[in-house]
Amino acid sequence: MSSQPLQASNMEQLLEGIWKQNPVFVMALGMCPALAVTVSAFNALGMGLATTFVLICSCTLISMLRRFIPREVRIATYIVIIATFVTLVDYLIQAVSLALYEALGAFIQLIVVNCIILGRAEAHAAKNPPFSAMVNALGMGIGFTIGLFALGSVREILGAGKLFGISLFGDQFQPWVVMVLPPGGFFVLGLWLLFFAWLAKRKEAQHGA
Amino acid sequence: MQLRASPHLHSGRDVPTIMRHVVYALLPVCAFSIWQYGLSSLALIVTVTLSCLFAERLSNKLSGTVNTLSDWSATITGVLLALTLPPAFPLWMGAVAGLTAVWLGKSLFGGLGHNPFNPALVGRAFVQAAFPTAITTWAPAFAPQRFTEFIPSSLTLPLMQPNDISAWVAANMVDGFTGATPLARWKFEQFVYPVEDMITGAASASTGETSALLLVVCGLYLIARKFMDWRIPVAVVGSALLLALAFRLFGGDEYPPVHLVLLSGGLMLGALFMATDMATSPVSPRAVWAYGAIIGTVTILIRYFGGLTEGVMYAILFGNALAPLLDKYLQPKVFGAHKK
Repeated sequence: MSSQPLQASNMEQLLEGIWKQNPVFVMALGMCPALAVTVSAFNALGMGLATTFVLICSCTLISMLRRFIPREVRIATYIVIIATFVTLVDYLIQAVSLALYEALGAFIQLIVVNCIILGRAEAHAAKNPPFSAMVNALGMGIGFTIGLFALGSVREILGAGKLFGISLFGDQFQPWVVMVLPPGGFFVLGLWLLFFAWLAKRKEAQHGA
Repeated sequence: MQLRASPHLHSGRDVPTIMRHVVYALLPVCAFSIWQYGLSSLALIVTVTLSCLFAERLSNKLSGTVNTLSDWSATITGVLLALTLPPAFPLWMGAVAGLTAVWLGKSLFGGLGHNPFNPALVGRAFVQAAFPTAITTWAPAFAPQRFTEFIPSSLTLPLMQPNDISAWVAANMVDGFTGATPLARWKFEQFVYPVEDMITGAASASTGETSALLLVVCGLYLIARKFMDWRIPVAVVGSALLLALAFRLFGGDEYPPVHLVLLSGGLMLGALFMATDMATSPVSPRAVWAYGAIIGTVTILIRYFGGLTEGVMYAILFGNALAPLLDKYLQPKVFGAHKK
């Protein structure tokens, strides 16, 4: 394999996760944290970055070890590796921002069972060299973070009239209570999915014409 | 000889005709509410209806389908929705309710006939969840200044909290205004509202539900013209009445008197104009009876044992969800078929 086409495909791989295969809006993976912790933009960003960290580290390590891991116990091995990094990030968030740690609650530990990470490990990291696995994981992580941020910002703007805790409309703003409740998560997610499906359809129509 | 597929006989009625007559039947209710609440009520009905029509037109454009404004269904959704909102509801919230009703309640499912839930009630349920305080803030009826000025909260700036109406209420010297509906006053103070106040529209209530009598008359017009299935309102009101009677007889004074159950809140509006929505109610007679009875029962259960004072909206949405199932399991026997 020559290095030139690999370079080109790296960029493509990065964009794949961010746009074409966006885990939230296109693949609809990792819905649990996407609905549960996106009541504010800050929480959403924190969750996205924590997941990205675990995703990059575990995919790189799994890719390095891909020739040593026996096929029969690969899932168990992946989980052990992912759990290690989740424990790391769990302590890290606790040390950096206790408020964020309390807001995210059990969802930090639940990154272990986030299907995006296991999916990437199984579908990509186990079959590709470390650098490629890292780029792919980075793209997916950024895509996931963008997805969570898109949900969190809309829900915070409508649900509290703020963005990152900064008031946008003054004291008289009427909060849309439903937006910080679980149904609001489903409404906003549905609207974003609709928007991306509409974009994809429009692009398809343009290419067809 | 020309051969044509069935049906061979057609009553000559189509969707726009039926819908148009429902709008006619609602006009007296609108007029009564405007007489009661004045400019605010008029502006609310107009705003909500226009937002529904706008939403319908925009979804026509986006989905590239034919213009469906002329089937009158969006108009009905708008008028009905406005009638279920409090009279002094901020107009911008009314517009949010209208857009949600048509987009979330109808267009996303594929338009009229494909919607599983009554669009007007979807819109109301959304604003009830989004603005729980504003939707339980009632304004006094028959205020002297009602035809010359708006109730202040109607003209709230978009996205802002409703303006305070207490100064306006005091300036208009509306005596005995408590701002609570008959159902709420029973639930929290065990106060029995006088029957005459509930018929003349003096009681606090949503824009179009103040006079049960007027609603029944308008409903009878539609039933007489065979534009709605009479079984649905009869089943809803009948089951609610029977349950209320049973509770009053066997449960005693803990439970509200029967007239309070029948005349207050949205029972008549819901039973006559919302539960009867053709797209979201069952078709076969037995299923229709069951559907009506479920709505009436759930309404009473929510009112008596739930945290909310009024339960008609959720009862009808619940009935809508069950409608296809009822139709499936309560199908009439095919003529000539043998019993198994």
